[in-house]
Amino acid sequence: MKRWLAAAVLGLSMAGVAHAAIDTYEFAKDGDRERFRELTKELRCPKCQNQDIADSNAPIAADLRKEIFRMLGEGKDNQQIIDFMVDRYGDFVRYKPALTGKTALLWFGPGGLLLAGIVVMVVIVRRRRVAPADGSDSLSVDERQRLDQLLDKKTDD
Amino acid sequence: MKRWLMVLPLAVFLVMAVFLYRGLYLDPAELPSAMIGKPFPAFSLPTVQGDKTLTQADLQGKPALVNVWGTWCISCRVEHPVLNKLAEQGVVIYGINYKDDNAAALKWLAEFHNPYQLDIRDEDGNLGLNLGVYGAPETFFIDAKGVIRDKYVGVIDEVVWREQLAAKYQALVDEAKP
Repeated sequence: MKRWLAAAVLGLSMAGVAHAAIDTYEFAKDGDRERFRELTKELRCPKCQNQDIADSNAPIAADLRKEIFRMLGEGKDNQQIIDFMVDRYGDFVRYKPALTGKTALLWFGPGGLLLAGIVVMVVIVRRRRVAPADGSDSLSVDERQRLDQLLDKKTDD
Repeated sequence: MKRWLMVLPLAVFLVMAVFLYRGLYLDPAELPSAMIGKPFPAFSLPTVQGDKTLTQADLQGKPALVNVWGTWCISCRVEHPVLNKLAEQGVVIYGINYKDDNAAALKWLAEFHNPYQLDIRDEDGNLGLNLGVYGAPETFFIDAKGVIRDKYVGVIDEVVWREQLAAKYQALVDEAKP
């Protein structure tokens, strides 16, 4: 029992390590906390790529969190904050990139590929369905006789 | 028509193979800077030496390198002798001491020689943030009007300078000549 308790305590104390990137911010408005969470999830850390800035322990991510907090306090809206980041770090910092000529392939590429796949499949299926009707399965009289013979023979055996 | 369709998968495969092969040699840490073509962000910061206040206007007049560094940055130490050598050759370099302990920065500059014509003290990292700095060392190329024309992330060593950067700097110098 004691051993289990010790294990549980150890496990619980380690659980805290997984959430290392915690800052203490006091938000003036309740909605700001939610927006802060949203923005830091949507913006990507420029240093430790593939982490959002909410998640990252890099000093730059901490700076950016501080900056977002400051801008929220100034009453800036989400778009202004995102523009601020994109102006400095480029489209790269957005996990949801804006729809522009450059990013159109990114947005529509997968859908386009899926569509192309569906078209190819439909064409193939249609062709197969049409194929039997052109008489390729009908046998000549000789062939049919031979088929009957073979089948009869089989049943005789 | 049918024949043409038969080579289509091969063609698609070849195109993908070329792109993926190229992708093997791309460095994902190298981000295109959003700042290229924009004027150097406005700032008003003291020098590392503490003798005066600098603004973006102080960086105008000559094409120059603006090097972001810190004593906490290990690769900056590798880069420093190269910058010293470049400064000796007459390359104009300004330094931004980024998020650093000022006493440590002064000691560093005294110990390893100061290649910077101006030393900007960006203790809070605000200027670095406005420049889109995400690590050090980073080096910006500005023209005589103070517009950012290029950026290099990482250590400038002699090979990088000779093969990539010298020509860019020279182009800015040539452009500034009447």
